[in-house]
Amino acid sequence: MTMIDQLKRAWAISKKDIMIYYLKGPVIIFGLLFPAFLFLAFMIGRDLPVDFLIAGLLGMTIFFTSTSVTPVIAPTETQTRNLERLAASPVSITTILLGDMLASVLFGIGISLVPILLGIALGVAITHPFTLAVAIVLASFCFSAMGLIFSSTPTSMTSTVMMISTMVKFPLVFISGIFIPVGELPQWGRTLASISPLTYITDLCRYSFQETNYYSVQVSISALIMFLIIFMIAAVKLHEKSLPKRL
Amino acid sequence: MNAIEVNNLTKQFGNFTAVDHLDFEVENGEIFGFLGPNGAGKTTTARMLTGIIKPDSGQVRIKGIDIQQNPIKAKQIIGVVPELSNAYTDLSAWNNLQFMAQLYGIPNKQATKRAEELLMKFDLYERKDHKVKTFSKGMKQKLIIAMSLMNDPEILFLDEPTSGLDVRSTRLIKDMVLELNKEGKTIFLTTHDMEEANQLCNRIAVINHGNIAAIDAPEKLKMRIGGLEWVEVSFNMPVDSSDLHAMQGIVEVQKSGDKLRLYTDEPGRMVYQLVDYSRLNDLEIMTLNTMTPTLEDIFIKLTEEI
Ligand SMILES: Nc1ncnc2c1ncn2[C@@H]1O[C@H](COP(=O)(O)OP(=O)(O)O)[C@@H](O)[C@H]1O
Ligand SMILES: [Mg+2]
Repeated sequence: MTMIDQLKRAWAISKKDIMIYYLKGPVIIFGLLFPAFLFLAFMIGRDLPVDFLIAGLLGMTIFFTSTSVTPVIAPTETQTRNLERLAASPVSITTILLGDMLASVLFGIGISLVPILLGIALGVAITHPFTLAVAIVLASFCFSAMGLIFSSTPTSMTSTVMMISTMVKFPLVFISGIFIPVGELPQWGRTLASISPLTYITDLCRYSFQETNYYSVQVSISALIMFLIIFMIAAVKLHEKSLPKRL
Repeated sequence: MNAIEVNNLTKQFGNFTAVDHLDFEVENGEIFGFLGPNGAGKTTTARMLTGIIKPDSGQVRIKGIDIQQNPIKAKQIIGVVPELSNAYTDLSAWNNLQFMAQLYGIPNKQATKRAEELLMKFDLYERKDHKVKTFSKGMKQKLIIAMSLMNDPEILFLDEPTSGLDVRSTRLIKDMVLELNKEGKTIFLTTHDMEEANQLCNRIAVINHGNIAAIDAPEKLKMRIGGLEWVEVSFNMPVDSSDLHAMQGIVEVQKSGDKLRLYTDEPGRMVYQLVDYSRLNDLEIMTLNTMTPTLEDIFIKLTEEI
C-alpha cells in the first residue's frame, strides 16, 4: 500500500471529522468562545497599539481553535463506539491521526481569518502576507498535533480531555508574550516563553504586521517545525498505546 | 491456502489469560463458528484475527498474509463487524457507506454502485439520506453489516451479529450470512447461541476460558455431546416408567414430581413416540418440554473427554 493511498484515506477521515465535529459543543466553547472572552478580559482598558493586540489575538485564536478539534474526536469515538470500526479498516494509526489533524488544521486556518479581517477593518497593515500565511498553516499543524497528545488519554469522557488540555493551554497563554512582549519580560520569563510554541507563532504574527518581532523569522519557523515533529511522534506513540484500551 | 490460519495465539490482560495458545484453521468458503459463553475469549480472538489488537504471542495469517507484519494488506481483503460497533450516527447511511469505501480505497463510481446494491439488499434504500441516529437497532445492525461489505471482502468476521436483536432482524441477518456464504465468502462468526451456530456453521469451535474444547461439524459435535438433551413430560395419569425405558433413543429416565425427564440424543423423535404412546394408552399429555444443554454443560462434557 502506497503512501498516497494512506494520504487519501486520511483525507476521507478529515472529511468525516469536518461533517461531525465542527459543530460539537466543546469545539465551539473551547475553540471560539473561550479565547474570545479570555482576550477581552485581558485587553479591555489597557492602552496597547492595535497591531500589537491583533497579533496577540491571532496567535491565540490559532492556538485555541487548532487545539479544540483533535481532543474531541478520540474520546467521542470511544464513547460512540466508532473507533473499533476504524481500527479494523486498512489504515494505520498515523493515517487516522493525520486525518484528525487535518480537520483541525482547516478549522484553525478558517477561524484565523476572523482576527485578520478584524485587523484589516481596524486599519492594521499586513507587511508580510506570505510569512503570515506560512506561519498560520505551520502553527495550525503544530497545535493540532498538540491536541492529539491531549486526546491520547484513554477515556471516553470528552470533558476529562478538555480539562487536561485547558490546564496546559491556559498557562501557556500567559508565558507566550501575548499580553506582554517577550522582549519586555525578565530573563526567567524569556526562558519560559522560549519553551512555548505559542510564543513563536505570536512573534511571527508581530513580524508580519509591524516587524516588532523578538525572534528572527527563521528561528520561529524552525521552532514551530520542531514542535510539530515532536508532538506528532509523541501523539502516534501515545495513541498506539491507548487505542487498545479504548475498545 | 486456508482463509485463516492461527498458530499459538495468546492474549493476556495482566495475569489473566483471555486467549490461551489457540491453533486452528478456517477453510475457504466455510462458515466457521466460534461458540462460547460470555467471557470465553471470542471477542478478544476476533480482534486479534482482524488486527485490531496485538497478540502477546502467536501468528495469524489471512489468506497467507501475516496480519501483524502486513496489517494494511490483510485488512484490505476482510470485512469486520465488531461486537459493539456503531455507524456514525451523525452521518447518513449513505455517507457512512461512502466513508467506508474511501477507507478501503474503492473508486467513486464503484462505491456508488456498491452502496446502492447493498442498501437495496438490506432494505435501507429509502432511508439512505437519513441520519443513522434515527434508525432502529435492527436497521443500524444491517447498515453496519452493509458497511463491512463495501470492499467486497473475501472473509467476513461477525462478532455476535444477532445479539440483542428482535426475531425478525435476527432471521434476516442469518439469511444474509447464508447468502453471502453461498456467494463464496468465508465467514468467521462468533456466537453464544448454540442453535444459531448449529443452523449456520459448517464447523464450530467450542471455546471457553480462552481454550478450544473441540472443533467439528455441528452434527458430529452433537454426537460427541449426546444424551445431554432431555424431554420433560407429564400425563394426566401416572404411567409405568418401564414403558418409557423401552422407547428408542432413551439414555436415561428420571422422575421429578409428577413429571418425567427423558434424557436422549433425539428429542424430536422422543416427542413423536410420546404422542404415539399417549394415543395408544388413551392418555392426555399435560406438559411437554424439550430442553437443550447450556453451553457450560457442553463445554464441561467436551473437556472431560480430552
Ligand atoms: N481490555 C481488556 N482488559 C482486561 N480484560 C479484558 C479485556 N478485554 C477482555 N477482557 C477479559 O477477557 C475475557 C474474554 O473476553 P471476551 O473476549 O470479550 O469474551 P467473549 O467475547 O467471549 O464474551 C473476559 O474475562 C474479559 O473480562
Ligand atoms: Mg464478545
